[in-house]
Amino acid sequence: MKIVVCIKQTPDSEAKLTAQDGQPSWGDAPLVINPFDEYAVEGALQQKEAVDASVTALCIGPDSARDALKHALAMGADEAILVSDPALDALDSAGAARVLAAAIQKIGDAGLAFFGRQTIDNGTGLVPAQVARVLGWPLLSLVGQMTLADAEIKVERTIEEGKQTAHASYPAVLSIMQGVGEPRYPSFMGIRKAGKAEIPVWTLADLGLEAPAQIVRRAELLNPPARDTKCEIISGGSPAEIAEALAEKILAEKIL
Amino acid sequence: MNTWVYIDHFNGQPTPASWEALGLAKTLGPATALVFGQNVAALAKTALEYGADTVLLADDPALAVFSPEAFTSTLAALVSDSAPALILFPTTSRTRELAAMLSIDLASGVLVDVTGLEVLDGQVVATRPVYEGKLLEKTTCAARPQLVTLRARAFPRPAPSAGRAGEIQTVPAQADGSVVVEGFVSGQAGVSLSDAGVVVSGGRGVSSDPAEGFRLVAELASVLGGAVGASRAAVDEGYIPYANQVGQTGKVVSPDLYIAAGISGAIQHMSGMRSSKVIVAINKDPDAPIFQSAQYGVVGDLFTMIPALSEAFKKKLGKS
Repeated sequence: MKIVVCIKQTPDSEAKLTAQDGQPSWGDAPLVINPFDEYAVEGALQQKEAVDASVTALCIGPDSARDALKHALAMGADEAILVSDPALDALDSAGAARVLAAAIQKIGDAGLAFFGRQTIDNGTGLVPAQVARVLGWPLLSLVGQMTLADAEIKVERTIEEGKQTAHASYPAVLSIMQGVGEPRYPSFMGIRKAGKAEIPVWTLADLGLEAPAQIVRRAELLNPPARDTKCEIISGGSPAEIAEALAEKILAEKIL
Repeated sequence: MNTWVYIDHFNGQPTPASWEALGLAKTLGPATALVFGQNVAALAKTALEYGADTVLLADDPALAVFSPEAFTSTLAALVSDSAPALILFPTTSRTRELAAMLSIDLASGVLVDVTGLEVLDGQVVATRPVYEGKLLEKTTCAARPQLVTLRARAFPRPAPSAGRAGEIQTVPAQADGSVVVEGFVSGQAGVSLSDAGVVVSGGRGVSSDPAEGFRLVAELASVLGGAVGASRAAVDEGYIPYANQVGQTGKVVSPDLYIAAGISGAIQHMSGMRSSKVIVAINKDPDAPIFQSAQYGVVGDLFTMIPALSEAFKKKLGKS
């Protein structure tokens, strides 16, 4: 069986983003594997022995997205596949889900598809559920802990109200949360192996797909209105007096 | 424009942002509320009180526990009978999955976590944060129905009018048994972070006595009727559960008042609370980056400042 981990390349979370002529710019900040997806890779690597699986990292992106796949390989993934096609430049999340679903089917023998909770670029968090629906596989989302057995996956999910335990049979789609544990660092050997790895590139034609219609479109990209960032430091007097003055200021904002 | 509004709930307890969605729908025209679950007839009545003109109620044992698959099939079947141009949802982990699956069934798209919305000739133009709130986008959905999830607290919450009546129409449920829910352990009681008007958060600054630090933070939150948050550093150190984490890898909050105590203000934390109306920072380090984003700051020790602030508010809010 294969565990397919779907990842994306995003600007680093430390990057300063600006909108320039309708396009996002992150200056010379690096592109990295989406931080949430590292948890998905970590979860897959933890589970591969339990079910005698191998781990395939899968990414849609331009040629530069190979670096995100190499990170997954360096962490310990067994193989990586890049889906790249000029016709995929304008993809919405449902379109991405249809392409990923077709790639997961082409990989064959995929019993599980792992995702991070969401990406830090568009941040829709829709894709795991959309892929599950396209494939007709059950969705186990927001998973922290999991036990994989031959016929069944048991998980603990973190939802707003608390923790839920649930199970489903293979094949299934999982979105993985922080509860899985901190992602491992790539080992020296892993980095060497990743450096030499051949990463096949699949086009839409390889997947037997037409370019999906873009239903959701970005009409405009904006810099958020500048915050009035002048901070008024309350000082002078005892802590009680400072607290009193601060409480006055907050009450004067008429927000309580 | 006739709008459908999905009323999200957990065991019959509605997500308050469901009413915000209903309030927004009413500004556009007639509103139909969708109430799915088991033993949720009371919730259908509440939806009428919050302004729904009609409720489509699927009350069925097959919907006792939320399942994105079953709820999607139930909703998709309704859409094929009539054709709303817009379906609104409050943004929760449940509705994200429901709207996502629905977009596949209906060959439409989802605008997620929307903080602003205008309608031009039936076309929704939604504003939503992208890149962790560092940028905003205006976005549209070319297919119908347009599926839109609204961020909690981004739109005004209407006041209910008790006893307001309307039509409740029963609709069939669709079952799906592919995921079996075995059990549930409730998280902490208290105000939900996403819906809170006030959030008081603690960070690494509590390290000299974490239990006492978060007791003081919780006391101030309680005085202000708010929720307790935390920075990732505090969660990683095990001072407080992950459920309280605010930031990129935790929850996104947008309260009217955010008080950050002993939090330096890493960019990952800021991305979870930058849309707060008023930010107050309390930190021993005058150079902490949090002060650059705060309206009010106190350079001082949270172990003395937080209890002093609790006392000051108790006095001023008449709680002593």
